[in-house]
Amino acid sequence: MSDESVPTPGTDEFVKGLWRENPVFVQVLGMCPALAVSNTARNALAMGLATLFVLVGSNLVVSSLRHFVPRQVRIATYILVIATFVTVVDYAIQAISLDLHKALGAFISLIVVNCLILGRAEAFASRNHVGTALLDALGMGTGFVLALLSLGAVREILGSGSLFGVPLFHEGFQGWVVMILPAGGFFTLAGWLLLFNWLRERRATRLAALEPVGATGGGR
Amino acid sequence: MSHAPTGTLEIRTSPHVLSGYSVDTIMFNVVLALLPASAFAVWAFGWTALLTLATAVAACLATERVAGRLSGGGSTLADGSAAIAGLLYGLTLPPGLPLWMVAVGGVFGLGVGKALFGGLGMNPFNPALVGRAFVQAAFPVPMTTWVPAFAPERFAALPPSTLTPPFTAPVYDAVTGATPLALWKFERVTVSASDAAMGFIAGSTGETCAVLILLGGAYLVARNMMSWRIPVAIFASVALLSGALHALGPDVCPPPLFMLFSGGLALGAVFMATDMVSSPMTGRACVAYGVVIGVLTVVIRVWGGLPEGVMYAILFGNALTPHLDRWLQPRVYGTRAEAGS
Repeated sequence: MSDESVPTPGTDEFVKGLWRENPVFVQVLGMCPALAVSNTARNALAMGLATLFVLVGSNLVVSSLRHFVPRQVRIATYILVIATFVTVVDYAIQAISLDLHKALGAFISLIVVNCLILGRAEAFASRNHVGTALLDALGMGTGFVLALLSLGAVREILGSGSLFGVPLFHEGFQGWVVMILPAGGFFTLAGWLLLFNWLRERRATRLAALEPVGATGGGR
Repeated sequence: MSHAPTGTLEIRTSPHVLSGYSVDTIMFNVVLALLPASAFAVWAFGWTALLTLATAVAACLATERVAGRLSGGGSTLADGSAAIAGLLYGLTLPPGLPLWMVAVGGVFGLGVGKALFGGLGMNPFNPALVGRAFVQAAFPVPMTTWVPAFAPERFAALPPSTLTPPFTAPVYDAVTGATPLALWKFERVTVSASDAAMGFIAGSTGETCAVLILLGGAYLVARNMMSWRIPVAIFASVALLSGALHALGPDVCPPPLFMLFSGGLALGAVFMATDMVSSPMTGRACVAYGVVIGVLTVVIRVWGGLPEGVMYAILFGNALTPHLDRWLQPRVYGTRAEAGS
């Protein structure tokens, strides 16, 4: 049990969202914002942070109310809680940058129906302590931010030759217009999924190759 | 296979009747059929066309090789299908397109359009057109800038755009022309149908000379290596629909002969739509598939935002192929057609 590679339960609630159960690359949840507003790294980061905030807020409230909400009306309650936080985010983004608000458009309001947030509320926050729910929300939210950033970065670098608006290449760079268009979102997501699935499969194959040796060694 | 000893019953699964053609014989003959059009392309556009075709083929072959390695399926270069896809893809590109863009489309077409679906025989869409569609979406401006045909210095110098370094936007010299379809779309000017048929027009590398393409198609049909129904259905539906629209007024739609010989219709109908993997199998389905492509081509050319629509029409037809094959299955021999169907 003292093995360092086994994380404590608390850490694991946080870490699982980053890689092992990453909301975008493993669970393939929240595709609507992931594909629609990841055309630049800035939009992707903003959308990721907004979702992270809503996720943390709603997970906290849902988890602390879990003994008071009747089962029959739980979904409606969750939506109400989530919508409250989305409204906060909506106004906050308007106050910070109107340009960003225009770029993200309806997708801010659509965080309400992001299945990632509802999924965490239903599957995790409503069954766990406030502390664990907070860690889970932070992990999942950070995983979502990282995923959106990796989509947005690829699309912006290829599509406009810049990252966060800073030009990366020489004068006369030829942008790949398709990467900024919706089709580019699908291509990029597919590319990342391909890479991650390949890595996971390779890891599983290696573990499987190691196992019989370890098993026989242990048996003798 | 050796004959079974006399007295025993030999049982085999279908197919029982073999044409004797293998993948590589057919592919070799397709190359043969494409040679006149490719040679004309080099003659009309000069070294840049040759470089475009060579790069397209090389990119497709390299992708096929790498994909074969990665999937552990061994080398599939020998059957020639990747080379054909590359040649066809190169023929659809505008001459003077930067070679790095040519390579990008080739890698995408073979990698995403074919290898990811499982390789030869598995691709739902024509890989050459997948590659071209990607390049068209990624680099719309270079894909619609046309080097004029029969430029006097075409064998002396390359257009400056051809050797653009990777990831750099090409620079064109002042002499770029418009294709006949673009001329009609934006200025309502038509060139003569005979010029379009003989290829004395601007256009994609291999699409300009309709006569040589039809010649290649006729050869394949004569060798029974291509379904004649698909091109005939496409040409007939384009001619009928554009004839009807032209009768409404010359501003609505150009004359049918112009529609038949301009743009990529001949190349698309003869060599792209008839790709054995992504086209239907049964006779009736082939006709329906051709009609869908022909009608869509006219619709896109007349009412769409782009001057040319053959590529999207064929890709759409590819998407319909499995459904057409299911809906239009031939009656099983010896059964009666059900009443009402």
